[in-house]
Amino acid sequence: MKARAFSYFRATTIDQALDAHARAGDDARFIAGGQSLVPALSLRLQAPRLLIDITHIDELRGVRREGGHLRIGALTRHCEMLSEPLIAEFAPLLAAAAPFVAHPAIRNRGTFGGSVALADPASEFPAMTLALDAEIEIAGPSGRRRIKADDFFIDLFETALQPGELITAIHIPLFKADQRFAFDELARRRGDYALVGCGIMATLTGRRIDDVRISFFSVGNTPTRVKGAEATLIGSGLDAERIAAAQGALEGDLAPPESDEVPPAMRLHLARVLLGRLLGRLGEDA
Amino acid sequence: MSTPLTSLDRPNSYIGRSVPRPNAKRLLAGRGRYVSDLKLPRMLHAAFLRSPHAHAKIVAIHADEARALEGVHLVATGTDLAGICAPWTGTLDHFKGMTSAPQLPLPLDRVVWAGQAVVAVVAESRAIAEDALELIEVDYADLPVVVDIDSAREVGGPLINPGSAHNTCFRSQLDSGSVDDAFAHAAHVVEEEFSFGRHTAVTLEPRAIVADYDPAAGMLTVHHGTQTPYQFQDLYSRHYGIPEARVRVIASDIGGSFGMKLHVYHEDMAVVGLSILLGRPVKYVADRMESFVSDIHARDHRVRARMALDAKGEILAMDVEDLTAIGAFSTYPRTSVVEGNQVIRLIGAPYRFKNYRATLEVIFQNKVQTSQYRAVGHPIACAVTERLVDMAASKIGLDPFAIRGQNVIPDDAYPQTSPTGYRFEALSHQACLKRLHEIMDYDGLRAEQAALRKRGVYRGIGIATFVEITNPSPAFYGVGGARISSQDGAILSLTPSGEVRCLISVTEQGQGTEAIISQIVADQLGIAQERVKVITGDTEVTPHGGATWACRGAGIGGETALQATRALKRNILEIAALILQEQPSALDIVDGEVVDAVTRKPRLPIAEIARIAYFRSDTLPPGTQAQLTVSHHFAPQGYPFAFTNGIQGCALEVDVETGLVKLLRHFIVEDCGRVINPMLVDEQLRGGIVQGLGAALFEECRYSDTGQLMNGSLADYLVPMPMEMPDIVIAHVETPTADTVLGAKGVGEAGTAAASACVLNAVNDALAPFDATINSIPITPAKVLKALKRF
Repeated sequence: MKARAFSYFRATTIDQALDAHARAGDDARFIAGGQSLVPALSLRLQAPRLLIDITHIDELRGVRREGGHLRIGALTRHCEMLSEPLIAEFAPLLAAAAPFVAHPAIRNRGTFGGSVALADPASEFPAMTLALDAEIEIAGPSGRRRIKADDFFIDLFETALQPGELITAIHIPLFKADQRFAFDELARRRGDYALVGCGIMATLTGRRIDDVRISFFSVGNTPTRVKGAEATLIGSGLDAERIAAAQGALEGDLAPPESDEVPPAMRLHLARVLLGRLLGRLGEDA
Repeated sequence: MSTPLTSLDRPNSYIGRSVPRPNAKRLLAGRGRYVSDLKLPRMLHAAFLRSPHAHAKIVAIHADEARALEGVHLVATGTDLAGICAPWTGTLDHFKGMTSAPQLPLPLDRVVWAGQAVVAVVAESRAIAEDALELIEVDYADLPVVVDIDSAREVGGPLINPGSAHNTCFRSQLDSGSVDDAFAHAAHVVEEEFSFGRHTAVTLEPRAIVADYDPAAGMLTVHHGTQTPYQFQDLYSRHYGIPEARVRVIASDIGGSFGMKLHVYHEDMAVVGLSILLGRPVKYVADRMESFVSDIHARDHRVRARMALDAKGEILAMDVEDLTAIGAFSTYPRTSVVEGNQVIRLIGAPYRFKNYRATLEVIFQNKVQTSQYRAVGHPIACAVTERLVDMAASKIGLDPFAIRGQNVIPDDAYPQTSPTGYRFEALSHQACLKRLHEIMDYDGLRAEQAALRKRGVYRGIGIATFVEITNPSPAFYGVGGARISSQDGAILSLTPSGEVRCLISVTEQGQGTEAIISQIVADQLGIAQERVKVITGDTEVTPHGGATWACRGAGIGGETALQATRALKRNILEIAALILQEQPSALDIVDGEVVDAVTRKPRLPIAEIARIAYFRSDTLPPGTQAQLTVSHHFAPQGYPFAFTNGIQGCALEVDVETGLVKLLRHFIVEDCGRVINPMLVDEQLRGGIVQGLGAALFEECRYSDTGQLMNGSLADYLVPMPMEMPDIVIAHVETPTADTVLGAKGVGEAGTAAASACVLNAVNDALAPFDATINSIPITPAKVLKALKRF
């Protein structure tokens, strides 16, 4: 299990990184935490000519407030989601999800930007960008741009990122006093990819839900917002009947893939159970 | 215990004391010497191209590009190695009628499982060897694939071994008493069909080997991560035609074994051949993906069983059919039928009924071989028996403890022979049941369960009795013609400084063999344990012996060390007596000093005896020849096996909405005879239980319809992890065997034997309020939710 030979370049600015990628004829991969890329190289599932190390680019680091948003640099490590006070205050859903992301050794190296760029449909953070209505900040050969998380995830491991483009940061609307959140996942072992997982951001007036975003992971080819279930909840309180209606709507929102271990009907059942539990918790908090 | 006290029971004895393992600090400090780390001068690296097909004809192998790659020294196919390696066949004579096709390091014309090694590349580095693998093309022609047990048994279906009439490897039948009669007159009959998934050992360090053939000396040295170096010395010698004395196998530190590293693997045999072809050291370390498709798997049984009972709950009879699929070959040299054989012989073992019938059918299929892995057969026998006992208890309205108390062989009724012919010297089921009831706070758990159930929380409590086979005599393998020793040997020397070196044939896999041997030597000689150096795992320096398998290290290796030490002590005291002008019987050794046997007054340090014997023999009486090195062998006699017993209990919670099972607490009361080192015994039990819990809830090698392993990585194959493991409460009952002075029996497999049965019973107990039962291991959320009809 040895990777094929590759060249290595350490970039210190975004332009250097983009330039190196272009010069390699796009036969290159950016590497940050390497928690998914390095195994893929070792298994020879990927064999780029050039690895561009972006971990020394200062511009990709740091968490700060920018107006009504929190800008989380792409190199922010999973473990920092647990320790960074700004995240605890302004993006608490990420802090709630972080302990479920793999194991401490992986959280020490894996990065937020890397996780979103890979877009593993079983990962916690890509799905949470949907629940948080995040914007992905991207740098590429044709300049800088921002894209809504809602428009970012296209298909299995396929995103709106074009060849040679790099995620530089993720912008999250600041958490407000009238908002509530909930996160949980069902997994056979702590740290595993979940059988099903879910994060919820809700804006309430009293017990009435004014707005809600519910995002599932491990349910299909991409992280998935369940808009049918969201619609059943908006404008009403979180009583048992409403929760049941939201659970019922999942059948229209989700189409879990065939799997020898978790058949689609089972995954849908688990999604309903999880949604019911999370909405129940939100109701208790409200 | 009722057994009289011996010198082993004295208060300052090393026997029965929790002393740390002398090698633990070295391993913790990163100073271990693993084969994976080994670098020899001029060493090359092997990698293997593996079959993507579960069954196919090899039409052509195109390897010219690979041969031409810079840094590649050899590309070898089946033909190249067949020329120098005699084929092997995984059958034994005492399994009458069993068949298996001959095997070679690499196949000549056909692959029989997905992942089978087909071509070997030897290169300057593993990376270059893997580059070369990408340049090799093999043309295959697909053959029909036999994956599941039923299609393998279909008459007229595809055959795995051309020339044979069916896919059956072995059949066996046991019949004692009058089973039909007992069932005909039974008040109650319970019946179930069980399935047990394939799983595998997943050692921390994968298989590793460095073969180093020196053509000038005609000498083969193999550094091998194995638990049985002598067995491999014999095999490499005979299959490669090298005199035994010119084959040296060195088994240094090893990162886990669990029975997986005592079988012949095709790659390992190939690496020896590659080194012979090249005259250079060749290294191969299986990577994790290779381990999943080439290490032996285990279990994979389907058992239909029924139990007859009278109106009061007395077990009258059992009737069992075990079907097991073992892959395309039976493994060598221990075969792949031992597990099934032990399943049908261990079922019902704790209980005193006499009517028993069992059939075993062992079947070939296009998967990697199964064979002996920790607790061979025990978990299956235990789960089948104990689940049926619980089903009967619930049908009759008895508590699980009550029905077992009523049916186990009473502690005062030994010796006993089981209906399958196993002879039990002395077991302690009643004492263990009583103790488990106490340590579990069984009544408290039941009360809590009832209270929580009213709130919709479903707790389950399960117990499982077991019997374990340890200290095997030649009845295990030797009688079948296998050159696998059941005896052990030791060489003990008093060094000139008065320390002791012990070279012994049992081996160390991290379970603490060297620690307990040093305890026994120190105890029996009368010196501090720090002054005993134990050396294992090198066929060039230690005597021939069985090494480590089937829980024999403490019982057989320990007795070997004990007897060898007593011989050395006699020799030391003889010299001491000459020096002190005393009778040897008037002297003893305590804490490194020769003392007066009666007054315990120190007379002479043994270091002084060693000094005189080694450097001033001229001062000893004429004709004296001091023998301060002794060699001693010990082969078990008396009972063919030293059976142990115990009982496990567990408390868990089933989330009936998600099917997830949370283990809350696990308990074991175990009787391994004399406990030499309580800490090591407890850790063996804990490790074994965790492996059993892995089997119960997580571990399974899942295959597709085309024979592809679906979850061959540590992301997908779930091993038990700390977050899911419960606290484990341990208690002991000690019934020493009278077959040895030491009285120790084995303990390494007891934890694994009953843990999964316990969980199976507890999950079914939790599901009792629902119309739902589980009869399949591992117990996955899908199975639980299916049973509960939640989807």
